[in-house]
Amino acid sequence: MRVAFTAGGESLDSPFDNRFGRAEKFIIYDTESDTFEVLDNTQNLQAVQGAGVQSAQHIIDSKVDELVTGNLGPKAAKIIFAAGILVYQAKAETVSEALAMYKSKAIKPLKEPTVEEHWV
Amino acid sequence: MKIAIASGKGGTGKTFFSVNLAHSLDRELLLLDCDVEEPNVNLFLKGELVEQRDSTLLVPQVDLDLCDGCRVCADFCQFNAIAVIRGVPLIFEDLCHGCGGCTLFCPQKAMDDTPHKIGVISHYHKGKISLIEGRLDVGKALAVPVIRDVKGDKEVAKHPLVILDAPPGTSCPVVWSLSGCDLAILVTEGTPFGLHDLKLAVETVREVGIPFGVVVNRDGLGDERVVTYCQEENIPVVGKIPNDREIATLYAQGKIVVDELPHYRALFTQIWENIASLAKGGRYERVQ
Repeated sequence: MRVAFTAGGESLDSPFDNRFGRAEKFIIYDTESDTFEVLDNTQNLQAVQGAGVQSAQHIIDSKVDELVTGNLGPKAAKIIFAAGILVYQAKAETVSEALAMYKSKAIKPLKEPTVEEHWV
Repeated sequence: MKIAIASGKGGTGKTFFSVNLAHSLDRELLLLDCDVEEPNVNLFLKGELVEQRDSTLLVPQVDLDLCDGCRVCADFCQFNAIAVIRGVPLIFEDLCHGCGGCTLFCPQKAMDDTPHKIGVISHYHKGKISLIEGRLDVGKALAVPVIRDVKGDKEVAKHPLVILDAPPGTSCPVVWSLSGCDLAILVTEGTPFGLHDLKLAVETVREVGIPFGVVVNRDGLGDERVVTYCQEENIPVVGKIPNDREIATLYAQGKIVVDELPHYRALFTQIWENIASLAKGGRYERVQ
């Protein structure tokens, strides 16, 4: 299972990013091998609009099965749900903290977007 | 002649100036309300509605029988309006700028442009003044296509004199409003904010490349820095309208100041002469 975490850096100690569309990086954790890779998302920090749409396309193209993030807007949610990716909402300081919540099943999958458009 | 009334700062009196200038002229003319996010010219004109139509943006629709999920459309879109999920394009109409590129480049010819309503274009008429107003629908983000529909209306070419009330600021809707005009009048005020935003507006008009002059509204408010700046930059000040409570009172009642107070009609006539000579590239009398 490949699980994407929104991150502010390239290690598991990096800050967990509350935002999906404008997260700097995605840390993609492989639950079978307990390894991870880093997916850059910085092109999206500059996007004038549609950052959520691009980010969603980005992680889908990276063959992600599940996503852990702080918040998800309606457009990104539409894409992610259409792709059949399960989304978990976490409140965490670091990626490893969010990973621990995910592993211990302390967080549940979302059924709806958590925020309106342009919430930050 | 097409004259745009613009400003950097909002609330300096663009609409006040446009409407009163139009009324002071006593001739057939066309007003264009291009402040499509909050058009308010007709609050003062109180014209009769003559005609109304939708303003639309062409957004793509996909024929899924023809689409092979190649993603050329999504890769082309600079506005992130298309995502392709499991080979199926998802289109976000709110993000589409209607450029038509996806339809043009679709190898399967699976995309078709369809009109998507984003606003309303209204024609009003009163006395010698005609008005075309653009109004962006609530919740829509793109002002430019509505402005394009106002300026592209077939009525515009029929009028020898067009006065365009532009939106505030210096972004795309303003640039689009100014483009193609013969002259711009920047309405400002003698406050630090007025000066700061006037400088931005001056940069914008210079980039658009049309001649322009400045009207100082609420003259007496603030200080002389706006006038000093205009002198330094060799920008003609074509008029000064005093900071008069009587103007504010009449304006707040939706009244036309030049119809109520004759000395202001005389002032606007003088300003118009300055604008006309500026348009001819000639000299003009500075309003004291």
